[in-house]
Amino acid sequence: MRRIAGLACCILALTSCQREKRDVRPAPVRTVTFGSAAREDTIEPGGKLPQYQAVNPYDRSAWAISEGQRLFDWYNCSGCHSHGGGGIGPPLIKTTWIYGGEPDNLFDTIVKGRPNGMPTWGGRIPEYQIWQLVAFIRSMNKEEPQSATPARTDEIQISPTLKQKVNGVTK
Amino acid sequence: MIRRAALIPAIAALALLSGCGAKVQSAMDPAGPEAGRIAGLMWFFIILVSVIFVVVMACVLYALFRGPRGIEQEPLERTHAPSTATEEKLTRNVTAATVATVVILFGLLVASVVTGRAISSLGTAKNGITVEVTGNQWWWYVRYPNDIAQWTVVTANEIHIPVGRPVQIRGTSNDVIHSFWVPNLNGKIDLIPSRVTERWIQADRPGRFRGQCAEFCGLQHAHMALWVIADPPDKFQAWMNAQLQAPQPPGDPELQRGQQVFLNHACVYCHTIGGTSAMASVGPDLTHFGSRSTIAAGTLPNTKGNLGGWITDPQNVKPGNHMAVVDIKADELQPLIDYLESLK
Repeated sequence: MRRIAGLACCILALTSCQREKRDVRPAPVRTVTFGSAAREDTIEPGGKLPQYQAVNPYDRSAWAISEGQRLFDWYNCSGCHSHGGGGIGPPLIKTTWIYGGEPDNLFDTIVKGRPNGMPTWGGRIPEYQIWQLVAFIRSMNKEEPQSATPARTDEIQISPTLKQKVNGVTK
Repeated sequence: MIRRAALIPAIAALALLSGCGAKVQSAMDPAGPEAGRIAGLMWFFIILVSVIFVVVMACVLYALFRGPRGIEQEPLERTHAPSTATEEKLTRNVTAATVATVVILFGLLVASVVTGRAISSLGTAKNGITVEVTGNQWWWYVRYPNDIAQWTVVTANEIHIPVGRPVQIRGTSNDVIHSFWVPNLNGKIDLIPSRVTERWIQADRPGRFRGQCAEFCGLQHAHMALWVIADPPDKFQAWMNAQLQAPQPPGDPELQRGQQVFLNHACVYCHTIGGTSAMASVGPDLTHFGSRSTIAAGTLPNTKGNLGGWITDPQNVKPGNHMAVVDIKADELQPLIDYLESLK
C-alpha cells in the first residue's frame, strides 16, 4: 500500500514538470503588447500609465530553450553574434546591454532590429520562435534555470563557476 | 488433438506472412542483387531452422509418447543410475546432437559472412553513380554530386535511380543518428553526424520502393519516409535533365503573387528555390517541388489540398516537426500553393 502511494506521488511529481512541457502547436500570431522595459523613453502620452511586464511564455522551458538554440543557428544569428561571443555584432554573453537585457527588451530588439546591422525580424519569423530565441539568449547568461539550460556544447560558454542568476536574483 | 494444436501456430504464421503483401517496402520482395542475397539468406535460415524445429519437436514427442522400457528390468536400488548400455547410448546421442549443432551454427555463420561480402562487393562496380543522403529531423536531403557545379542536383525525400546501374549511397546526418533503409534494395545503413557511411544499391526492375528511417530519431521518426524511384536509363536521364533546368520566373500574375508571398514570409529563411533570393538550406530544397510525389517526407501525397493543410498547420500533420507555423493570410494561401505546385 505504501509502495503504491509512493509511486502515485512520483507520477504526480512528474505531471507537474514544467520544464519538459512542449507546446508543439503554438498560435502563429500573438498580438504582442510591449512591456515597459521595451520602451525607449519614459515620456508617455496622457501621463504615467500602469507598469506592465511582458512575460516570455517559454520562460523556464527546457524544450523551448533548446528550440531557441537550434533557431539561433538556423536563422544565422551565430553569423554575427558567434554563439554569444560577438564578431560583426555585439556579444550576447554580457552584463551590460545597449538596449536592455530583460525578455521584452530582447524581444523588442529582435522584432524591430537595431541601428548599424541588427535586421528586423518582426513579421518575418513567427513570434513564438522569437520568444524561444529570447529564452535561449537568456540561458546563455545563466538567466534561465540550470535545469532547463541545454547541455554544454563545443561553442563558447559562460564560465561554469559563475553563479546562477534567475530573474535578476543571483543564487 | 495434437494436429489441431499444431494448426493454430501454422495459421498464425501464415497470417503473419500474408501481412507482408505490400510489395513497395518489403525485404521479401527483392528488386536488386543485394536485396536478393539478403532474401536468399533469410529463406535459407528460415527453412533450415524450420526443419530443425520439426526434428526436435518430433524427438520430444517420441520421448513423451513412447512406452516405458528398461526400468522394470533393473533392480529397484539402481533405478536412478542408468545401465552401462543406456549410458553409452545417451553419450553417443548427446555427442552427435552437440556436433550437429556446432556444425549447423558454423554453416549459418559462413552463409552470413558470404552474404555480407557479396553485398559489399558491388562497391567495385565501375559504372556506378553516387547519391549523397543526409538525414535531418525528419526528412532526407538528397544530392547528386557532379564535378561541374551546375550539374549537381539537389532534391529531398525522393531518390531517382537508373535501372541496372549500381548506386553508391553516401550517407551522413545533420543532427542525430538516422538509418537509411529501403528493404527492397538493400539492408540498413546508419547515417551518423560528422561521419560518412557508404552502401550500394541497385534496382534490376523499374518500380517505386519505399524507404523508412530505421533508427529512432525523435518525435516524428515514424513519419520520416522516402521513395526510391527506379526508372529505365532514358527516363532517368530525362528526370535528371528536368532537375537541371533552372526554374523560369512565373509569368502568370497569380503565380507571381505566390512567389512574393513565399519570399516575404519565414519560408525564405529555411528553403531554397533556384533562381530566387530563397537560398537557405535548413529545410528541403523546393526548386522542383511540384515534380515530387509526396510532401513532409513521404507523409502525404503531394496534392494542393494536402499542401494547403501542411502550410497552414504543419504541427497538426507532424507534431513537433521543425516547420514553423507561419502566419499566411487567407488570400495569400492559394497563390502560394499554386506557385509551389508550378515548380515542376
